Amino acid sequence: MISNKFRRQLPLYLMLLPGIIVVFIYSYIPMIGIIIAFQRFIPARGLFGPQEWVGLGNFRYMLTLPDTYKILRNTIFIAGMKIISGLSVPIIIALLLNEVRREWFKRSVQTIIYLPHFLSWVIFAGILIDILSPSEGIVNKILESVGIRPIYFLGDPKWFPYTMVITDLWKNFGFSTIVYLAALTNISPTLYEAAEIDGANRWQQTWYITLPGMRPIIVLLATLSLGSILNAGFEQIFNLYSPQVYDTGDIIDTFVYRIGLIQAQYGLATAVGLFKSVVSFILISFSYYLAYRFADYRIF
Amino acid sequence: MRRISKGEKIFAIFNYIILSLAALICILPMIHVLAISLSSKSAVAAGLVKLWPVEFTLMSYKYVINRPEFFRALVISLKRVSLGLLINMFLTIITAYPLSKDDRQFRHRTILVWYFVFTMLFGGGLIPWYMTIRFTGLLDTIWALVIPGALPVYHVVLLLNFFRGLPKELEEAALVDGASHWTILWKIYVPLSLPALATLTLFTAVGHWNSWFDGLILMNRPENYPLQSYLQTIVVQQTITPGSMLSTEDWRILQIVSDRTVKTAQIFLGALPILVVYPFLQKYFMKGIVLGSLKE
Repeated sequence: MISNKFRRQLPLYLMLLPGIIVVFIYSYIPMIGIIIAFQRFIPARGLFGPQEWVGLGNFRYMLTLPDTYKILRNTIFIAGMKIISGLSVPIIIALLLNEVRREWFKRSVQTIIYLPHFLSWVIFAGILIDILSPSEGIVNKILESVGIRPIYFLGDPKWFPYTMVITDLWKNFGFSTIVYLAALTNISPTLYEAAEIDGANRWQQTWYITLPGMRPIIVLLATLSLGSILNAGFEQIFNLYSPQVYDTGDIIDTFVYRIGLIQAQYGLATAVGLFKSVVSFILISFSYYLAYRFADYRIF
Repeated sequence: MRRISKGEKIFAIFNYIILSLAALICILPMIHVLAISLSSKSAVAAGLVKLWPVEFTLMSYKYVINRPEFFRALVISLKRVSLGLLINMFLTIITAYPLSKDDRQFRHRTILVWYFVFTMLFGGGLIPWYMTIRFTGLLDTIWALVIPGALPVYHVVLLLNFFRGLPKELEEAALVDGASHWTILWKIYVPLSLPALATLTLFTAVGHWNSWFDGLILMNRPENYPLQSYLQTIVVQQTITPGSMLSTEDWRILQIVSDRTVKTAQIFLGALPILVVYPFLQKYFMKGIVLGSLKE
């Protein structure tokens, strides 16, 4: 006999069922599909078909490739610089915005700097390719007018990683700025009033009230960003790189795409991808744990 | 009010200048690209176009809109956005509701939340994901763009947290009256969550509109590309190659437009829906952040 309690919970299980199935097929089956990393995979034989097993062969091969170390270095370098700039610049802009007394100005700036975040990387890359072109682009035209020789921002391996960091910052700094600003509205105005009575100037108020008020959210974002140290920004780099900048601009995700979907070396590509998934998983779990311990952050 | 010192006044001026610059840096490139798309081939080639069109013409737009590929890709995108919205929102709502119950009301709640949240932390990677979609027979169909991502887990987490913040009294009263969970969800929870749902709807629509990579790899035939994937191949990968299908009208247009003016026109058209809704729905765009990162 079905218990009364179960009968009352049954609709809840039924509501979850479609979600459980979709997630099982398109998230959990790919996780099982990681076995491709241990095979010489031939798609015609089926995902779980009779494939030839090669043990750790793909991983051993991966370790002998010089490309492996190059893409790892590039990924960490680009992602690391993005994390640092993406955390610090928005703090400064948020503090500056916080000092603005004219509401309309504050709101307009917020609206404008947040907009690029919602354009796709295809659109944004299209804009960048146009304005950064060494021959016709407006950026190089401006540089030329002040006597600087044209810079091939997207084609010069020396410049490419920095171009990625700056253009990513450009697209996304508005987003974090608004996160910080939202945190600032939670600071009680009475704190500022009290400081004013005690004779604190604006600078002291920023240093002793505003910044400490932002600390929890800064700590939280910094901790959570730890998990993205292997995410150098696939969508951005895929749309902006070219073979001549592979030396400094090729990252794990673009490499996996090329050797996997273009060259059809499925086993090797899955092995490289698995390496990334495992390291990211450890880092993300660790960062959530830290955020939970020190910022009292909970996912649900 | 305290008197404003000289130092503070100077700071305020600098502050306004720096913030204006930050805003200009974000908006000027878009205006520049728009100006190019509205200018003639020769004016653009001569480098005359800065922030205002020179020898104003709509020919680049005419050329783009006359491409059947562009129109086809646009239709696929619209189909994708509407299908995706419907499926995503429905599944998000019915998944978030049971998971928002506490352990006493719904016994396996915690482990089930982890079943979903785990997929945010770990994944099989690109190749197994692609193979799964391939073996479920979705390649080259519109379903490849909406079914694999039918349940946005992050949105479920946001919504379940929102549901948990709703007052419990109404629900308890409804339960006593014998209302089913289904009724409670649609008659009490959903109406109370409209602002949050509006924000999620907006972000889902923008996400579907902007996606391009899945279209690129899951569609073998370019005629199945949604707009952003099509634009990726046009704007990022190659120059326009006038095929053999050009009409005399097209040749006339090609006198006035160039590769660059056509590309910028396409960039602008691809961004247009976002640019149009952004000022009006700005409130909801902003709320997305509060919903996401600042729950108490």
